[in-house]
Amino acid sequence: MNPARRKTRLTPAKKKALVQALGFLILRACLYFVFAVLLLFIYDIIRKGSGVLSWEFLTQPPRRGMTEGGIFPAIVGTFAVTMITALTSIPLGIFAAIYLNEYAGQDRLTRLIRLAIRNLAGVPSIVYGLFGVVLFVNVLNFGTSILSAGLTLGLLTLPWTITASEEALKNVPGSFREGALALGATKWQAIRTNVLPYALPGMLTGAVLGLARAAGETAPIMFTGVAFYLPYLPRSLKDQFMALSYHLYIMATQHHAILQVRPLAYGTALVLLILVLGMNLVAIIIRYRLRRRRQIHGW
Amino acid sequence: MKRILNKFAVSNPVAAEEIRGRGSFNPLPFDLRAIMIINRSQKKKSWRRWKEELIRLFFLFHGLLAIFILMGIFVFLIISSVPAFKEISLKEFLTSKTWDPTSPEKPQYGLVSMIFSTFMVTFGALLIAIPIGLGVAAYLSDVAHWRVREIVKPIVEILAGIPSVAVGFLGIVLFGPIIAKIFNTSSGLNAANGSFLLAIMALPTIISISEDSLNSIPHSYVEASLALGASRWQTLIRVKIPAALSGITASIMLGLGRAIGETMTVLMATGNARNFPHGFLDSIRTLTANIAIELGEVPYHTTHYYALFAIGLVLFIISFVVNLIADILLSKYQQREL
Amino acid sequence: MDGNLRDIKISSEQIKGLMRKKFEIPKIETKNLNFYYGRNHVLKNINLICPANKVTAIIGPSGCGKSTFIRLLNRMNDLIPATRLEGQVMIDGEDIYSREIDVVDLRRRVGMVFQKPNPFPKSIFDNVAYGLRINGHKNKAEIAERVEKSLKEAALWDEVKDRLKDNALSLSGGQQQRLCIARALAVEPEIILFDEPCSAIDPIATAKIEELIVRLKENYTVVIVTHNMQQAARVSDYTAFLWLGQLIEFDRTEKIFTNPANKLTEDYITGRFG
Repeated sequence: MNPARRKTRLTPAKKKALVQALGFLILRACLYFVFAVLLLFIYDIIRKGSGVLSWEFLTQPPRRGMTEGGIFPAIVGTFAVTMITALTSIPLGIFAAIYLNEYAGQDRLTRLIRLAIRNLAGVPSIVYGLFGVVLFVNVLNFGTSILSAGLTLGLLTLPWTITASEEALKNVPGSFREGALALGATKWQAIRTNVLPYALPGMLTGAVLGLARAAGETAPIMFTGVAFYLPYLPRSLKDQFMALSYHLYIMATQHHAILQVRPLAYGTALVLLILVLGMNLVAIIIRYRLRRRRQIHGW
Repeated sequence: MKRILNKFAVSNPVAAEEIRGRGSFNPLPFDLRAIMIINRSQKKKSWRRWKEELIRLFFLFHGLLAIFILMGIFVFLIISSVPAFKEISLKEFLTSKTWDPTSPEKPQYGLVSMIFSTFMVTFGALLIAIPIGLGVAAYLSDVAHWRVREIVKPIVEILAGIPSVAVGFLGIVLFGPIIAKIFNTSSGLNAANGSFLLAIMALPTIISISEDSLNSIPHSYVEASLALGASRWQTLIRVKIPAALSGITASIMLGLGRAIGETMTVLMATGNARNFPHGFLDSIRTLTANIAIELGEVPYHTTHYYALFAIGLVLFIISFVVNLIADILLSKYQQREL
Repeated sequence: MDGNLRDIKISSEQIKGLMRKKFEIPKIETKNLNFYYGRNHVLKNINLICPANKVTAIIGPSGCGKSTFIRLLNRMNDLIPATRLEGQVMIDGEDIYSREIDVVDLRRRVGMVFQKPNPFPKSIFDNVAYGLRINGHKNKAEIAERVEKSLKEAALWDEVKDRLKDNALSLSGGQQQRLCIARALAVEPEIILFDEPCSAIDPIATAKIEELIVRLKENYTVVIVTHNMQQAARVSDYTAFLWLGQLIEFDRTEKIFTNPANKLTEDYITGRFG
């Protein structure tokens, strides 16, 4: 309490250290806040969703106006659409990345392409949905279908696939290309035999991350093919489908007996989360291993 | 011109020959043999060159795809928006507060309430996300042990991976009731809820890009500051953050872009009232949510349908501008890195 | 200084005279070779002859353009954007930058071993077979035979014959470099270029590779870039001294190292700079 004593205790150096400790504490609190929110999210869904989770829930269609039964058609639909997305976005993304990393020079065109890719990544997903309605549903006349929705999501994930594939190509050392060319390989031979095989695992890892995102998307498929409720499984790519994400939206906001179906909504959310985060986790672990392997082998 | 030609020459030996304007040189006795070899394999060689060129064109086409798609989205949005303005005046569209396209007497198409709502909820989100995101980024780059960083970064990525529909769902069942209780409102589905959820969705972007830019500051700056007797905290606040400012701003712009374009979260958690909002406890409806709600209900090729595409066009332009600004800022800090 | 230098630089006539006197057959010949990286003039009017079935060493301080020069001989510099070449590089009297020449064929004739061993992360066998396979060889027995022959030529066969299926990255640095030599030999080139092949390798492995290089000249023309003057003295028959992108002196190796004609060469080999 004695002001003189307080002055001697708080020398400038001590004050500096105190401020620093306090500052770092605040920074650490920010991190803990993010952790807390994430944990709260996951905990709440697991706690309330795991009760619903059962073999029946996963393998039965919804019954009695979706107040009972399972989500089997939604799981099938999400898988089917994600397949189409993969078939569109992985090859296109890899080809584009090969151009950018192996063929493109440092010219204006390349800069323009990169600008376009970054901007595509920032286009709101609902705008992709509008684009899908015009191009796939109407102009190409695929109707509201698995095909239209999958292609729309394919375009949505394309910027991610390109970026991830290019990253994987960059990680292949230049000496692999040089070594092959010096032995008389053509450029394409060098890429095919001595670059792509080593970039492919990284490319696919990146692609899985993109697909996980696609599997959880709702807005782009709302008008391009997803259905509120279907009594049967889709039989062709031109059929409508149910999807986990959209099913969750319906169960959470549009159902006539919202509180009654809340447990089912939690169950759906849990399945969606397991699917999406599981894909993420697998990709992250593989990527970590690849990185380690590269470090050990020195490339 | 000569320099451009020369640059071109390197990638194209045939052209290089012509540019240099060199005639055939004085043949030596060895030449006869060389010519014979050339004739024998000429066919195979030219086929090989053709094949390589075709392969290059194949990849070039896919490289250009990104430009085609971006242009395609823009063009289709314009084509689908234009018919709306046969019946709606541009002035009404951009200055009226009332959006009521299904009114039987006089349909009204005013965007102002929704644009304002969009920016309000985004602003609220950034108010939460910027300090926390920066705090985490600074913690990771300056305080945390590298092993902690190795663990935290994937966790942040997982946060980014949570589907927006799941976030929206939690807004309804988890945060809505909490907000309703705290502020004593009838429902927690309002702008505050949306802002909080959008903040969480924007955090991963802000954290990872800010951390990158903090880490890319030359180590000499930091050393100079520490050598002058500044503490690590002072160095962070007075040297590192100002030096990384363009990267941090870019991360904020990208987070902003993500928040503006987000659909499902705001659709589910903000209550969907079309009124002009007066505070964060009002229910709101954003541009994206409006498209999501109404596109499923309107008949194709009506004025209302086209008007929704016009909203899409507005969103596209906003996100384009935001991304462009982020891009310029990022290229600034990447240039300095070199 | 510069004007002075130009007077004492070796001329192409002198080199041609030397070749005639020693009855050497020119394998590689550069004529008024100039090379630019952007605005940087890195090689200035180089006239040099590398005789057939001999080892030619190129020495000089770092940054003198010796690596750039050797990479021009199999057009590896084509890969670098914003570069420009003037003059001619002749192999067997044929300009390798002329339009008739296919760069892929050229690189099959002119093999290269790089500074840092760069085996591909494939098996030892597949590394050596790589060049054969991309050149369209399909016959397995023939490939196996040529792999064995090349590994023997590169003095590596005895060390790896029991583990051809192992990953090449499991070899030691020196073994990796000999594997890269075997890989280059497998496509049966006429010329082999070595770009500082021992700079990343320990002394014992270096001795093995030097021995190998000396033996290779029976069947191949060898050009080696090195910053190690003892190495140049040990392995080469002819030595060229490059300085700031200019060819200062070219002569028989023993002449260069015992009685250099140019003051700069003398300063360099006696360790006064570089």
